[in-house]
Amino acid sequence: MTFPSSPDSLLVIVPALNEEAAIGGVVAEIRQHVPGVPVLVIDDCSSDTTIAVARQAGAQVLPLPHHLGLGGCVQAGYKLAYELGFQYVIRVDGDGQHDARDIPRVFEKLKTTGCEMVIGSRFVADNGSRTGAVRSLGIRFFRLVLRPVLGKTVHDPTSGFVGVNRRALNVFRQSFPLEYPEIEALVVLQRRRFRFEEVPCKMRPRTTGRSTITALKSLYYVVHVLLGVFVNVLKFDRRLRRAQRERGAGG
Amino acid sequence: MDRLLNVTTGLSVILLVMVLISVRRAHIRVEYSVSWLLAAAAMLILSRAHSLLNAVRNLIGLPDSPLTLFLLAGGVFLIMFFRFSIIISHLRDDNIALAQRVAILEYHLQNLRSHENQEA
Ligand SMILES: Nc1nc2c(ncn2[C@@H]2O[C@H](COP(=O)(O)OP(=O)(O)O)[C@@H](O)[C@H]2O)c(=O)[nH]1
Ligand SMILES: [Mg+2]
Repeated sequence: MTFPSSPDSLLVIVPALNEEAAIGGVVAEIRQHVPGVPVLVIDDCSSDTTIAVARQAGAQVLPLPHHLGLGGCVQAGYKLAYELGFQYVIRVDGDGQHDARDIPRVFEKLKTTGCEMVIGSRFVADNGSRTGAVRSLGIRFFRLVLRPVLGKTVHDPTSGFVGVNRRALNVFRQSFPLEYPEIEALVVLQRRRFRFEEVPCKMRPRTTGRSTITALKSLYYVVHVLLGVFVNVLKFDRRLRRAQRERGAGG
Repeated sequence: MDRLLNVTTGLSVILLVMVLISVRRAHIRVEYSVSWLLAAAAMLILSRAHSLLNAVRNLIGLPDSPLTLFLLAGGVFLIMFFRFSIIISHLRDDNIALAQRVAILEYHLQNLRSHENQEA
């Protein structure tokens, strides 16, 4: 991948952990629907042939030296994209659940609205996407929690189909949650007065492998993410107050 | 009661010796051994100096001395474990940043190599 030259250069990143069965199709589909856009698969130390399959399908691969978890993996992609000078980065999951045909719409929304983040959302319009019972309960719960924090409803806060611009990249390369990053990342952005939009997308059921969010882990997930939201709100409010004090003292 | 205090004396001596041996063999870094040594020494002194332990006991208002000693030791170790969690968290942060940097540098390196090959 060379340094991008166009002012609205796009990179598609795909975090992957043991996705050898799906990753080839995912990469091929992305290349088909957004031709000419580089695809970067970030491999979180898979024990299968994910790396080889991704290269075979025409993706660039960033292999991590050891397992970092989804957030650390995505952040590595953001860091590299920022260093290479990309203006926009769209993250697509490596399990084939996201439809690459939606990528151009997310990209358009990023460019036309100028907002920092665009979420591919499975709930904005009723588009026939189906979700498990535990998952939808969790999503509904976090929608309630996030409403007052974000000042706006986010329909699909756990979506991994997320596009960001360079301003958000600059924030995320410095601070990004390590585990279950999606919801916390939203709070990180909101605290900096950044804007996000949602675009309705189709979400396919998993065809291979298993979701990392199993019913058993969901309690851990909920507590973990709630704490993350709480910590981020406190952290930024304190920083904001300090900045206001300093401004008050200076002026 | 005295027998219990003898047991804690023995335990603190064992702890002291273990920490000292580990430091000498470089199994534990000196900066992390200090808090263990202090804790073991404090436990040793309290188990032997009965008047001191009694004073502490009266201060807290507990019925007997060994219980006081165990509670104190428990509290100290809790604080130490918490400190370790903080240290581990810092290590983890540094380690993540490092792993990401290694991956990105390797990526750049490989690109440079393939460029060179194309030019040659
Ligand atoms: N790097 C990394 N990727 C992961 C990890 N767990 C899951 N993934 C990837 O993250 C994406 C979404 O994971 P998935 O389990 O499908 O989550 P869900 O779609 O939200 O239920 C997929 O591309 C997985 O390969 C992990 O521990 N590390
Ligand atoms: Mg998935």
